[in-house]
Amino acid sequence: MDVFKKTVLLALALTASRALLTPALAQTSDAIQRGHEHFLKDGCYLCHGTVGQGGVGPAVAVDLLPYQAFAYYVRQPSGAMPPFSEKILSDADLGDIHAYLDSLPKPPAADSIKLLPKAAK
Amino acid sequence: MDRKKTQLGGPGRRGFLKGALAAGAAGVAGAAHAATIIGASGEDKPAAAAPMEPSSRTIAAETMGTHADEVPKGHVQNPGSDFMVDVMRSAGIEYVSMMTSSALRGLQESIINYGGNKAPEIIVCCHEEGAVGMAHGYAKMAGKPMASMVHGVVGLQHASMAIYNAWCDRVPVIVLAGNTADAARRLPGVDWIHTAVDEGSIVRDFVKWDDAPASLQHYAESFMRARMVATTAPCEPVLIVTDGELQENPIETAQPLRIPKLVDVAPPVGDAAALAQAAKWLVAALNPVIVVDRAVHSQDGVVQLTQLAESLNAPVIDLYGRMNFPTAHYLNHTARHRSLIDEADVILALEVGDLWGLTNTVSDTPGRPAKRLIKPDAKVISISDAYMYSRSSYGDVQRYLAADLPIGGDAQATVSPLIEAIRRVGQPGGFDARKQAMQTAHLKMRETARNAAAVGWDAVPISTARLCQEIWARIRHEKWSLVSQPQFESYWPQRLWDFTEYEQFMGGSGGYGIGYGFPAAAGAALACKGTGRIAVNIQPDGDLLMVPSVLWTLAHHQIPLLTIMHNNRAWHQETMHIQRMATRRDRNPETWRMGTLIEKPYVDFATVAKGMGVWAEGPITDPAALGPAIDRALAVVKSGHPALVDVVTQPR
Repeated sequence: MDVFKKTVLLALALTASRALLTPALAQTSDAIQRGHEHFLKDGCYLCHGTVGQGGVGPAVAVDLLPYQAFAYYVRQPSGAMPPFSEKILSDADLGDIHAYLDSLPKPPAADSIKLLPKAAK
Repeated sequence: MDRKKTQLGGPGRRGFLKGALAAGAAGVAGAAHAATIIGASGEDKPAAAAPMEPSSRTIAAETMGTHADEVPKGHVQNPGSDFMVDVMRSAGIEYVSMMTSSALRGLQESIINYGGNKAPEIIVCCHEEGAVGMAHGYAKMAGKPMASMVHGVVGLQHASMAIYNAWCDRVPVIVLAGNTADAARRLPGVDWIHTAVDEGSIVRDFVKWDDAPASLQHYAESFMRARMVATTAPCEPVLIVTDGELQENPIETAQPLRIPKLVDVAPPVGDAAALAQAAKWLVAALNPVIVVDRAVHSQDGVVQLTQLAESLNAPVIDLYGRMNFPTAHYLNHTARHRSLIDEADVILALEVGDLWGLTNTVSDTPGRPAKRLIKPDAKVISISDAYMYSRSSYGDVQRYLAADLPIGGDAQATVSPLIEAIRRVGQPGGFDARKQAMQTAHLKMRETARNAAAVGWDAVPISTARLCQEIWARIRHEKWSLVSQPQFESYWPQRLWDFTEYEQFMGGSGGYGIGYGFPAAAGAALACKGTGRIAVNIQPDGDLLMVPSVLWTLAHHQIPLLTIMHNNRAWHQETMHIQRMATRRDRNPETWRMGTLIEKPYVDFATVAKGMGVWAEGPITDPAALGPAIDRALAVVKSGHPALVDVVTQPR
């Protein structure tokens, strides 16, 4: 199990109770728009791609973590990712980024893309 | 072969050349005698063939205030640089990339008027970094070195980063730098400034050998030695300081000039007893892993490496220093790198440059904590020619790791005897079961890559996976070569394309000096020219901005290179570094843009290319428009011309 997954599981465990106390995040179009802007402006896309498809960092938009686990990791990440404190990324902005990632359409199935043929057995 | 003996300028001179070339072509010890040439007055040379009067008078008068009338009059009909051309031909040099240089004017003129600008043929460059970068890419694709001519001192300084890349990448390049050793013969002013007491010292830490010959005989011997040293494992660049007086003065020696025959040194093979021990460990291993970096240098090597892996059913991790192992082979498990290293009980490393980094990791976080990756009792077998060569000034030796079984030798040359040693030990236990497991894991690895490539497929900017697959769809049924580095595209070609031939990939820069990519791709395309192989270059924008004048060289020489820009409008690696620095310091994370983005204005690479005579399209921002643009560019390349498509892309 990689470090990212281990940390996420830990985060889920730690935040399970707090999650119930967190107000539901409003995924309004404004929030999504703001989240998109922060995702670009704060440089999240540098490692994760503009639609969270991955690059140097993991594909965060695929199987997006629940907000609490997502927020926990951003505040206390492992590996090369630096921690984003509330001073430089507020909870509200982080919520908007999550809303943006959550709004992205599911990626197409590889089988539906002609240019991605299956590997021969 | 009979020894040839002719006089310069006479009808027999071509006969000499023929003999010298034949000697060079033989290329094996004992196959040919040295060629011989005798100095002559040149009086028997036809007047029509006399070279133009040297321009030193004009240059000196105009720039240094030298009195032109003081320069002796008369023609030089048998200049030493003609003999240098004979030497280059004997060494099998087909091309010389060159930034024109007054310090090498004699040799340049000889290549053109004496040699007919054929073998060697001049490739005109606008910067010495591009010239040597081209020679770097050419050598890897052609399997033999070309030469680069650079100006005294300042030209060599320009070339130095490209030489460093070739040195780190273990690639033979023969660099010729101008100089004037005799202080009494230098023109006042610039000639002095572009002269060094010990010019080789500029690059001596990252060439394998250098010399400054003092006579033509010395030149012939040093050039042939340089060629031999450069191509002997480990291959490296070499430097010959080419004296201006030696080039321009007539050949006046009473002694015959001899060009030593061209020889290739048989590669060193690992010790038989050590290979027998390695075979025992590999056969007994439950989880053997083969790791390859610059392991292979020909198609034979690809075949032999495949046989080695199949003899054990051991997974192969390719570090992509060269085209080592077929990507679609069931034993290619490169994407499973970390888990395989963690679980391995025996690791066979073939020409792995960073053995410590293979078996340990350092986190790029405060304190830089290090962690051992491999099991405490895992055995590491390392076969490398690096055990026989190292220098101290630069860090490409990497952190030291004492392998459990270090074997000095050329990896490719050692694979066959290792296979034999394994056969003598016998088949590993669980051989068939391991094969089935490897086939399943390989297919899963490929499917994971395929699914990952689908994410962001229609994104704008265009995803690097989409970029690569649009190219692949158009070249997969052609004879092709990817002549660029794949790490900037998240290794999508290696993860999704079907690499089977050695010439389909040539590794990276070696020294990570930006500005390698475009000239090296151009040099590889030069090697592909006329072979029917399409050279494909996925070109990062930052790299191209270092050496844009290579576009002009491509157009000038009509080198058919297909360049598809990976234009993420940034020095992207640094965007991530700066953003991480700010965030770790709890400072404004938005400031990463400054100094790292290539914006305001965006560079219009298609216009830049067109301005230098290269067919171009773009910028392409719509994923649906990319395929048709590549079709049009490919048609241009197939007609023998270079083409560029500018594509605005995702970061990686």
